[in-house]
Amino acid sequence: MSECTLAEDNAGRFTAKTLHGPGGSGGVAPPGGPLLELSGVTMRFGGVTAIDDLSLKIPPQKVVGLIGPNGAGKTTVFNVVTGFYQPQEGRLEFEGQPLAGLPPQKICALGIARTFQNIRLFAGGTVLDNVMVGCHVRRKARWWMAPLCLPVFLREEKSIKEKSYALLERVGLARAAREKANSLPYGAQRRLEIARALATEPSFLLLDEPAAGMNPQESEDLMHFIAKIREEFNLSILMIEHDMKVVMGVCSHIWVLDYGRLIAEGGPEEIRNNPWVITAYLGRPAEGGPHSA
Amino acid sequence: MKAANPSPISEPHALRNRLSTLGSAALLFLGIWWAGHNLDGYQTRLLNLVAVNAILALSLNFIYGFSGMFSLGHAGFMAIGAYVSALCILTPAQKEMIWLLEPIYEPLAEFMTPFVVSVFLGGLAAALTSLVIALPVMRLGGDYLGIATLGFAEIIRVLFTNLAPITNGAIGLRGIPPYADAWWNYAWLLATLFVILSLLKSNFGNVLKSIRDDEIAARTMGIDTTAYRTMAFCVGGFFAGVGGALMGSLVTTIEPKMFNFQYTFNILLIVVAGGLGSVTGSVVGAAVITILLEWLRIIEYPMDFGFIRIPGIPGMRMVIFSVVLMLIIIFRREGLLGNREFSWNAFYDFFGSLKKRPDVHLGHLLRFLRLVKKLLAGGQP
Repeated sequence: MSECTLAEDNAGRFTAKTLHGPGGSGGVAPPGGPLLELSGVTMRFGGVTAIDDLSLKIPPQKVVGLIGPNGAGKTTVFNVVTGFYQPQEGRLEFEGQPLAGLPPQKICALGIARTFQNIRLFAGGTVLDNVMVGCHVRRKARWWMAPLCLPVFLREEKSIKEKSYALLERVGLARAAREKANSLPYGAQRRLEIARALATEPSFLLLDEPAAGMNPQESEDLMHFIAKIREEFNLSILMIEHDMKVVMGVCSHIWVLDYGRLIAEGGPEEIRNNPWVITAYLGRPAEGGPHSA
Repeated sequence: MKAANPSPISEPHALRNRLSTLGSAALLFLGIWWAGHNLDGYQTRLLNLVAVNAILALSLNFIYGFSGMFSLGHAGFMAIGAYVSALCILTPAQKEMIWLLEPIYEPLAEFMTPFVVSVFLGGLAAALTSLVIALPVMRLGGDYLGIATLGFAEIIRVLFTNLAPITNGAIGLRGIPPYADAWWNYAWLLATLFVILSLLKSNFGNVLKSIRDDEIAARTMGIDTTAYRTMAFCVGGFFAGVGGALMGSLVTTIEPKMFNFQYTFNILLIVVAGGLGSVTGSVVGAAVITILLEWLRIIEYPMDFGFIRIPGIPGMRMVIFSVVLMLIIIFRREGLLGNREFSWNAFYDFFGSLKKRPDVHLGHLLRFLRLVKKLLAGGQP
């Protein structure tokens, strides 16, 4: 039911309730409200409207996807949700709390973590150091306790190390704990970035093109990995991804952006067959040309 | 699976290494005791300069090397530390004699504290000043921060030249009690090392390095980057103030002109040559460069090679030194140690392998010792 309103909110080039026909499989109606809700979010950079009146509801405990052609504004959505951009219009609510005006570090403390399209690890540190940095946001000791060797600080230091190491074990990187983060192979760096995000104890994780640059086997592994962490860490995952096999494989619900507008949403099957999505990706069929929908 | 094997996260041989650290600290003080009885005034002076320069280099490395803030305001922090501490240790009688042109600001005339408190207050004053500067300056990054902090140091210098009731103006302060002997200097060096290492080895060190490596990722990880950069700036400022306070008491005369950009540059040189982001590098760099600078004085004396006579050229050592620096930057940009650190495990591993291949390593060791001996001996005119 929530999908219908979303469709109606979308005026513009693709004004259409193409999204959910009568047979549209809902299946996302969340019990007890959405985890994250965007309503009417608009983000402009000068004359360019990167996100245009976007409304969506992220259900709790699900893996969902955000797709669209290059430049559609997907990463901008991530930057708005994580507080790097402040949208000109619209509201963002996370677990019922408005996010407007909060800086990225506060948003992380609320339980939203993310990874980056171009991996951003702390190159100077070891694999373990990277995950430990993620644990920082939940720590209680203050920096001046370190030189004083207060027991509360020492205990917390130890627990951060243990927690980080346990996390590395769960993502299968424990053997590389002492290695330099940027010496890891590409796929492992992706997993490390996810582990670092998990260390902040999020209830909502945003993955920006986690399968970029991976071969079919690696992206296959990644799919299982994402499904596994969703299960084990009991969180919601929103991913941007171009690899349709991955998106269709793990996402229970998908939103499609084009030129900053939501053009479609629904389950993987609907999206695959949605003519608007096909148009957005492949262009309009030639007049009278063959069109396989 | 969940119960992590504790061995990978706890440092191996922790007890042995801790004892080694304590042992070497004891050895250091034994060395100072020996030096007090056997070294002449010049050599003792050199030894003291090494300690003070090491404190200054550590504080700058904490700001620049570990937290990634290019700060050129070190001379300013030093000046604040030196003046505040000097004002605290000068006796009322001395103050009456020094402030001739303009009388001293009344409340300061009788104010006196013990040396250790004075140095601490010097550091505290520098830290508070850096906090005030941090507020507007922390939003700048990279070179802009360098320019802003450089401007700050100049402001301090000009202020101190004109605040005669407090600083005695351009004449400066003379006859500062020479309390800063090797004991005090090395005790403060150890304290600096302890504070900076305990911060860097904790997760707060990881946080600072993460801000240096990638500020956006650090903010995403929930780190208040402005707060932590300010913290690093203030801790660095504190120890710069401490170094300045010790330096003031060591040279017994301070004037605003002394704390010009040249001073910041010398410290920066130690940090870069020793290795940005290496505590070991700063200490080793301070020792090597301080001694080398003295050793190079030979070049400034007239030399007679028999067939050619070179008259003494004052300032020649700075030329040579600059050339050396250029060579370091061209051929070894990461400095002597890069961002590597001394570790007891590596130390013991080295001696473990020494047992297996004594011939090779002993050769290295002897060559190194000979070099150290030469450097130390060469320092004497």
